[in-house]
Amino acid sequence: MSTSEILFWFLSVLALFSAIMVLVSKNPVHSVLWLIVVFFAISGHYLLLNAQFLAIVNIIVYAGAIMVLFLFVIMLMNLNKGTEPQKNIWMIFSGVISGGLLLWIFISASISAGDIVGKNALLKDGDIGLIQNLGKVLFSEYALPFEISSVLFLSAMVGAVVIGKKN
Amino acid sequence: MILLALDWAFILQKLILIAVVVSASLIIAMYSTYAERKVAAVMQDRRGPNRAGPFGILQPLADGMKLFFKEEIIPNSSNKFLFILGPCLAMLTAMMTSAVIPWGDKLEIFGTTVSLQIADINIGILFVFGVVSLGVYGIMIGGWASNNKFSLLAALRGASQVISYELAMGIALISLLMMTGSLSMKTIVEQQINDKYHLWNVVYQPLAFLIFFVCSMAECNRAPFDLPEAESELNMGFHQEYSSMKLGFYLFSEYINMFISSAVMATLFFGGYDMPFVNEAALSPNVAALVGIVALMGKIFFFIFVFMWIRWTLPRFRYDQLMNLGWKGLIPLALANMVATGAFILYFNK
Repeated sequence: MSTSEILFWFLSVLALFSAIMVLVSKNPVHSVLWLIVVFFAISGHYLLLNAQFLAIVNIIVYAGAIMVLFLFVIMLMNLNKGTEPQKNIWMIFSGVISGGLLLWIFISASISAGDIVGKNALLKDGDIGLIQNLGKVLFSEYALPFEISSVLFLSAMVGAVVIGKKN
Repeated sequence: MILLALDWAFILQKLILIAVVVSASLIIAMYSTYAERKVAAVMQDRRGPNRAGPFGILQPLADGMKLFFKEEIIPNSSNKFLFILGPCLAMLTAMMTSAVIPWGDKLEIFGTTVSLQIADINIGILFVFGVVSLGVYGIMIGGWASNNKFSLLAALRGASQVISYELAMGIALISLLMMTGSLSMKTIVEQQINDKYHLWNVVYQPLAFLIFFVCSMAECNRAPFDLPEAESELNMGFHQEYSSMKLGFYLFSEYINMFISSAVMATLFFGGYDMPFVNEAALSPNVAALVGIVALMGKIFFFIFVFMWIRWTLPRFRYDQLMNLGWKGLIPLALANMVATGAFILYFNK
């Protein structure tokens, strides 16, 4: 096995294991911490694909900012077993079914997608993830969607301020 | 049989470099505690530590020994694993940034060229950001796991402070990046050495440097931004339940953070390992590298001194003042600086 193969398997096992731990953990704070591990494993995958910018932005945005806010909310609400609402057995059953169906759709869509079939991932020599190339593509080819999505963020921010200012 | 196609000599070289950098930062952080007490003493017209060894030079060792021999207490109602993980994370994130800082130019040892930078990745500055944003976890996890209201309050304060000031810091850096056009720390240093007018980035971007400096003071939880440790309001802060060396790790990581952020500032704005008025290219490579290390260390020590100077001069901010300064003062200022830099570059580099 080559180094990148070993790394790939290690990161995949780590990502899947911690993703399962996110669901299994009883304590919500532990779930959040496991989710951070998942993000690190995924960033490792990005690094294997030579997408360094994507990898580090994934860590800055998700592990560094969004998960901190998650942790904030959970710590302030002081969730524990006593406050967890008892769920109906039918709710759990329907949740499992709909989640399974969604997974099925994802798997079949990604297996049969024409762009992916018969192609290998570019290990270490793809350069689309480097910051120069990504920036050029984003600001030339996809300038309009990029700007529209930033307006979306702005409106979400303004909305949050408006809701916060109400009282 | 070749099990792994790795360049073992290269890995060994990097491991030695990591060991040297880590132990150097630990020793410098250790003596920063001594320097802090001496600086405080000078500012307050006292003598400072002078019992252990000549001029009290063994004081950090004595402090460390004391912390090691203190009783180890883990509160019953705390979350044990996270309680121990907290200080470990604080220490880890404090040390990790040192990987991308170019400590000097190349050194030639026995015919092999050794670059004095652990990893020259082309996203160096973003790496620094990533690690800084992870630094919150040490405080938050420690504060929450202690199961103490004061610790939790202090942890939340610390986290919101770090997140708020990270924004202004990032925007201030964007204006610097527009000028350099590179995220690699090494390239930024080389650009400053080979600058047309032999000027450092601080001359071109004084406002960005000022914002960066204030923000890094807030990121290090140093006075006047030491609200997570405001003992008059919070008993002691997020590390209230900690004892022994776990407390030592928290206190120590603050000094390492100070050292590393001084190194980042020196690298980005003050020419890194560039010795002023010396033409490094004329010297032999090894001498030039050593001169570079001395220059960088001099700049770092100066910044550490300024950190201490400010701590013992200014009183602590109130919490609303801190948030006002961050969100209403520094972020708009950094944005204006960014727009002005962009307009300037567009106008003159056409």
